[in-house]
Parts: sequence; structure tokens; C-alpha cells
Amino acid sequence: MSDARATVMDVTSARRIAWIRRRRAFGRAWDEYRHHLPGMIGLGILVLAVAMALAAPVLADESGLRAINTVHNPTFASPAHFAPLGTDALGRDVLTQFIWGARTSLLVGLVATLLAVLIGSIVGIAAGFFGGKIGGVLMRITEWFLVIPFLPLAIVLAAILGPSVRNIIIVIGITSWPQPARLIRAQVLTLRERDYVDRSRALGASNWHLMTRHILPNVSPLILANTTLTVPIVILSEATLSFLGLGDPLNPSWGQMLDDAFESGAVTAQAWWVFIPPGLGIMLVALAFTLCGTALEEILDPRLRDRRG
Amino acid sequence: MSSRFIAAKVAGSLVTLVFVVCFNFFLFRVVEGDPVANLYRGRNLSEHQRENLTKQFGLDKSQGGQFVAYLKQTLTLNFGRSYTGNAPVWGEIKRKAGPTVALVGISAILSAVFGVLLGIAAAWRRRTRTDYGVTAFSVGTYSMPDFWLGMVLLTLFAVVLGWFPVGGLEDPAASSTGIAHVADQAKHMFLPCLTLTVGYLGEYAIIMRSSLLDTMREDYLVLARAKGLRDILVRNRHAVPNAILPVVALLAINFGFVLSGAIAVEAIFSWPGLGLATYDALKGPDLPMLQGLFLVFSASVIFFNLIADLLYGYLDPRVRPA
Repeated sequence: MSDARATVMDVTSARRIAWIRRRRAFGRAWDEYRHHLPGMIGLGILVLAVAMALAAPVLADESGLRAINTVHNPTFASPAHFAPLGTDALGRDVLTQFIWGARTSLLVGLVATLLAVLIGSIVGIAAGFFGGKIGGVLMRITEWFLVIPFLPLAIVLAAILGPSVRNIIIVIGITSWPQPARLIRAQVLTLRERDYVDRSRALGASNWHLMTRHILPNVSPLILANTTLTVPIVILSEATLSFLGLGDPLNPSWGQMLDDAFESGAVTAQAWWVFIPPGLGIMLVALAFTLCGTALEEILDPRLRDRRG
Repeated sequence: MSSRFIAAKVAGSLVTLVFVVCFNFFLFRVVEGDPVANLYRGRNLSEHQRENLTKQFGLDKSQGGQFVAYLKQTLTLNFGRSYTGNAPVWGEIKRKAGPTVALVGISAILSAVFGVLLGIAAAWRRRTRTDYGVTAFSVGTYSMPDFWLGMVLLTLFAVVLGWFPVGGLEDPAASSTGIAHVADQAKHMFLPCLTLTVGYLGEYAIIMRSSLLDTMREDYLVLARAKGLRDILVRNRHAVPNAILPVVALLAINFGFVLSGAIAVEAIFSWPGLGLATYDALKGPDLPMLQGLFLVFSASVIFFNLIADLLYGYLDPRVRPA
């Protein structure tokens, strides 16, 4: 009885020590991050963008997205004449579309990135940890996927699966995992040879325990930085796919807005207000993720610290 | 470079090419149950039309029979007939490759040259206004959708100011020859080329900057300075040649996208190349054309990756196996 309790106590205290250490490491990293100006600018833009996306139902009426509700509005009205940001070829308010477009663009950007990094982490950790035959086969597959040009593959997949937000997420997710996989594998290969892994193995730890308790916590900073740097690529890919007509017209993203603008002749009509806001939105969000990711990389990877500035 | 190293790399590329060819088959036929229904989503198909299409895609044959037929056709560069052009896909691709290679090739070289120059300027004047300006410009243009930049430039310089034509390869009404003809094409190419150059240049500038910053810490640069070499010689003879290696690799890899790199930008400027063909094939949707384009795009990427590997082995002895 008392033995069992002692074991429970030990486990909780060991865990608690680990958590305290982690919280301290996080606090130190945050302290450094706070003084990283580009990183804080990026974070600021992201907070604003996410707030706008979350508050979309309060900020703008969703019915304004459907052309059937806007037949009475003037078409291609400039911001000087109608609505804060003017209207598009169907009389829809550009500001309403912009606010709701943030939702779809950010949702696709984040979820597709998580999917890609999740697959990449599993493949990368497995390939690095097991090495040998399994690792070799996994890396061969990764290299094949790296070589297939991303955009044509994504286009073909999206064309076959049909246009919807879910399919765009799947398509980008399953075409973007090889880069994180390769990066994470390289890191795992060096971690695998560390003394504490040997020690833990000698004490009888299972592969699962080694991977989840020793390897994963040590690659997670890298995974975090890599995730942040993957989001801009994913957001730009989503914009391109939507522009090529593979997006969901009922849940317009910023890329879909650009497609609508181009298809409806906004360029010849010189209706710049229709396509400037979504393009700027994509650029600012992509830029913000790049700034945050670069800041994280510099803070978490001491070798890069010298490059700063 | 040993012939063994070359042979290994070439063999690796061939295996990858075979993988892509097989993948292409499964992509179009096995991914979802009924490719006919998926590709004609939302359109009314009569039972008769559906049967015809099924036969045309060869979907009435067994899975294995389809695969053998597909391999035979692919090896003889027979990708079927495109629906929109009603001509052999391979002929269409050959015809449209020229304008794309010209546009993307020129843009790739221009962006590499200007990107490298900007990167050198930024790294050499580190933590100055030049450095901050170059970095901000590079990261900013890198974050833009290239086709959006194209829309902005098109609206400003072609529609509002009227300095450049709004699209196409050449003026269809003009029957000029010689220099006037070339000048007309150059005028048509200017805006798409500017778009792609600005879109790609940031990546080169960032990579050149960080590579040069790494090189600048090397001892041989201290030695070069200690010898009393002028700053400009230290930079151009000692630092830049060593730092430029990753850029050369990036350029070789980017040349792989010489066929597929401008899909959306070509659509914006109605540039009659493979990108516009992809855009049109998607609107169709034109399945044989898409399939042929996908294979050709992949083959070009694989080929230039091989070139990049070999080039790297040649330029950097550390990569070569002993």
C-alpha cells in the first residue's frame, strides 16, 4: 500500500519537475521573443487578423456574401460612392467579403499546415528513430513526394476531388508534408545518439516511450518554428488554388475573391478596390507568419542567433 | 566527379520518373470511384454520354488492362487528344512550351542576378538602412501572391497608363517582321516578366544574404584582409564565389519549374504557354491535357533536380562520395 503510494508520488513529482522545467524554458523563450521587434510586429498582425476572423459574424452580415441579397446595390461602385470599400461585379460589399474571407484563408492556412506537419512529424520521427530498412523506405517515399512539383500535383488532386474547403485542406496537407519530414528526420538522427536516450534504453524503456518522452519534446521547438514557417506557403498555395477555380465559391477565401475579381473583369474596369484588399490581406498574414517563424527559429536555435538583425 | 556518382544520380532520377508515371495513372483513375462524375461535377450527363466518356477514358477495361495500355501510350508520348483543342496533347504541349520557357527562363535568370546583387549589398552593409530595406523588400515580395502582383501591375501600367499591351504574345493585327516584331513581343513580355522577376527575387536575396553572412566569418577572409586586399576585392574574389553555391543550386532547382512556374501569372496576362493551357484545361475540365501537363511538369522538375545534384557535386567536393 505504502509502496504503491510512493511510486505514484514519484511519478507525479518526476512529471511535475519536467513541467516546471518546461514552463521555465517557455518563460525564458517568451522573454526573448518579447524583445524581438520583427517577431512582435508579426504577432501583432496575427492577433488582429485572428480577432477579425473570429468576430466576422459581429462585424459583417453574412448574407452580404450571397449575390441574391445584393441585387439592389450598384456594381463596381468605388469606395467613394458606396460602402466603405466599394462593391464588386455582383454588387457585393468588398469589406464584408474581406472580413469573412479572413476566416476561410486562416482556417485553411492553419488546419492544412497542422495536417502537413503532423504527417511530416510522424514520418520524420519514425524514419530518423528506426533508421535501417524502415527509415530508408520512408525517406525514399519522402524524396519522391519532394520531387513531384507541388502546385501541379495539388491542382490535379483538387480537380479530381472537387472544389470545397475540406478538399483544399486535404490536398495541401498531403502535398506539403515532405519538407517538415526531412527536416525533422535530420534532427532526430542527432538526438538518437545522445547519452540520455542510451541511458533510458538501458533502463528498459520501450521505443514508444523513447519517442514520445525523449525525442518528441526535443524536436518540438523545431516543429513549432517549422510549422510557423509553413503557414505562409500554405496560405499562398490556397490563394493560387482558389484563383485557378478550385476553391469553394460559397465560402470565399481571399484567394477566391481574387479569382472572382479577375473573372468578372475588375482589371479592365479598373476596379482596384475589389482586388487590392484581399491581396494585401494575404500578403500581410503571410508576412506576419514569416516574421514570427523567423523570430522563433532565431530564439530556439542558438546557431542562428548570430544572423539576427 | 566519378562516373559512379553520376550513374547513381541518373539511376535515382529514372526511378523517380517511373514512380511519377505510375502515380499519374493511379491519381487519375483510382483516387475516387468515378472520375467521370467527378470531372463533370454539376453538369448534366446523359446515360449515353457517360458511357462514351467511360469508354474514352478506357474505364471499361480491367484495372490491370488500363495500366498496361497507359504505360504503352506514355512511352510513345501518346497522351491522348485534348478536348478543348481536339488535337493530340503532346503536340499542344510542344507548341505551347516555347512561350513558357522564354518567359519563365528569362525571369528566372533576371531574378537570380538581381536577387544575388541585392543579397550581397545587404550582407556587406549589414545592419544599415540598405540591409533593412533589402530584407523588408525581399520578405514582402516573397509574401505576395505572384498573380496578385500581376493584376496590380496590369491594371496600373496596361489599363490605366496604357504603356503596355494588356496581354498575349504579340499584336495580332500587326504584320511586322524583323526588329519591329521582336520589339512588339518584348513589349508584350515586359509585364509578366517583371511580375515573375519581382516574385522570385526575394528568395535569392534572402539566401544570398544569409550565405554571405556565414562566409564572412571564415578565417580566409580575415587573412585576405590582413594581406591588405581592398574591401571590394575581398568581397568579389574571396567571399562571393564561396557564398554563391546555394544560389547556384537554387537556380538549377528553379529551372525545373521553367514549365510549370507561371500557371496563374500566364492566366493573368493571357500568355499563350503551358500555364495558360493548365488554366484552360482546369476550366474545361480537360482530363487528358491535365494528365499530360502533369507528367511534363514533373519530368522537367526531376531533370533539373538531377542537374542541380550533379552541379553541386562538381562545385562542392564535400558532397561527392570518396
